[in-house]
Amino acid sequence: MSVLDRTARSMLLSELLSGMMLTLKYFFTKPAVTLDYPYERYPLSPRFKGEHALRRYPNGEERCIACKLCEAICPALAITIEAEPREDGSRRTTRYDIDMVKCIYCGMCEEACPVDAIVEGPNLEFATETREELIYQKEKLLENGDRWEPMIAERLRLDAPYR
Amino acid sequence: MDAFLASPAGQVAITFAHALAILVPLLIAVAYVTWAERKVLAAMQLRKGPNVVGPFGLLQPFADALKAIFKETIIPAGANRVLFLIAPMITVTLALIAWAVIPVADGWAAADINVGILYLFAISSLGVYGIIIAGWASNSKYAFLGALRSAAQMVSYEVSIGFVLVTVLLWAGSLNLNEIVRAQERVWFFIPLFPMFVVFFISALAETNRAPFDLPEGESELVAGFFVEYSTIGFTLFFLGEYANIVLMSAMTTILFMGGWQPPVHVEPFTWIPGVVWFILKTLFFVFLFIWVRATFPRYRYDQLMRLGWKVFLPLSLFWLIVTAALLKLTGWLPA
Repeated sequence: MSVLDRTARSMLLSELLSGMMLTLKYFFTKPAVTLDYPYERYPLSPRFKGEHALRRYPNGEERCIACKLCEAICPALAITIEAEPREDGSRRTTRYDIDMVKCIYCGMCEEACPVDAIVEGPNLEFATETREELIYQKEKLLENGDRWEPMIAERLRLDAPYR
Repeated sequence: MDAFLASPAGQVAITFAHALAILVPLLIAVAYVTWAERKVLAAMQLRKGPNVVGPFGLLQPFADALKAIFKETIIPAGANRVLFLIAPMITVTLALIAWAVIPVADGWAAADINVGILYLFAISSLGVYGIIIAGWASNSKYAFLGALRSAAQMVSYEVSIGFVLVTVLLWAGSLNLNEIVRAQERVWFFIPLFPMFVVFFISALAETNRAPFDLPEGESELVAGFFVEYSTIGFTLFFLGEYANIVLMSAMTTILFMGGWQPPVHVEPFTWIPGVVWFILKTLFFVFLFIWVRATFPRYRYDQLMRLGWKVFLPLSLFWLIVTAALLKLTGWLPA
């Protein structure tokens, strides 16, 4: 009997047809799961580690005090800092480079920073046409900070209860 | 005017007009079959498919064609240059010339010849040459393996397609495609010949190297199979040829089993619609079926493919041929 049953099933293509019915059901299932990327985006966690930025205090003074903790902790050795006292005697960086090609986006620099100066922001679209453009200087990092400050502050506020 | 049309130059002009009248709509149809395939596959996999170029991505096929045309043609150093360039031309030419005998409406065939079905069978068999020449001329392992698989596969399935055609001929009593469609005025052949209809459609999938029988291309094993070394125009022509073959096989299924241009029933509202519309609708249904099958089934293993062709379809079609012949003879339904 089971032989007859099996033969009938295979001759009548029942399994093939049930498979095709399944794909047809999906054919009429809406909506598609695809996000229309440049126009639609996934929500990002406040902890998302994107492009780096150097922040400033509300009065415009840069936060970084050139303690070099980020440089020390960076596992990829992507950060290079040079520092000397400014005219007013405060200690500031004269050079703050991040090699975005070396960087592994681990966020250790952000964790090490005692003044919340270096942060990884929400931006993930910083692809460039040349490798040189990915070696960020201090100016670029400060500019990023100015550009993303509202979102960075909001992210820090959202994440604060869990720290 | 009549004198001009009767002259040799006029005859050439008429033939040329015929060819254009069938090829221009066909090539546009082929372009949109590629679009439809991407859209339908996307919908079945809960994706969106092309939706950026033009409304609903409708200009995508043309964007793809332009891109392919303006890229650099690469001929591998070890390739046989002449054969390498000829192979895609053979494929696409064979896929297009078969349309000469397809009646898209009552009597609307560029060449209404009495051996139409044999012509179609011959042309679809020749299709294997484009593939095997491409595979050999590329001088590449993957291309060669793909070509060998394709040759074996197409030969195997043509045998059962041949028997299926003979059963249809027994019912129709003619080799002329117009006559075959007219013979289906009362009942479409897929009803009395249902098993043969299924065998024909599955063999058509194998004949056009479509999933689940796409071993000659076998993306996961052979990269792209026989046309792995082709770029730009060569690639485009293979692509065109493949899709023109899909439309051709759909049209053949329509003519042989689904009553060609005939409406489903010869009653008032259905008979108002012109035959060419019925023909296109039925062909489109089969094109959709081709895509639907691709979205559903995984690829056959090679020995399973051969087993299906030689041990299932061949005996089945032979058996049904004998049954049909006996039935027609005994009941006296054999057409004169």
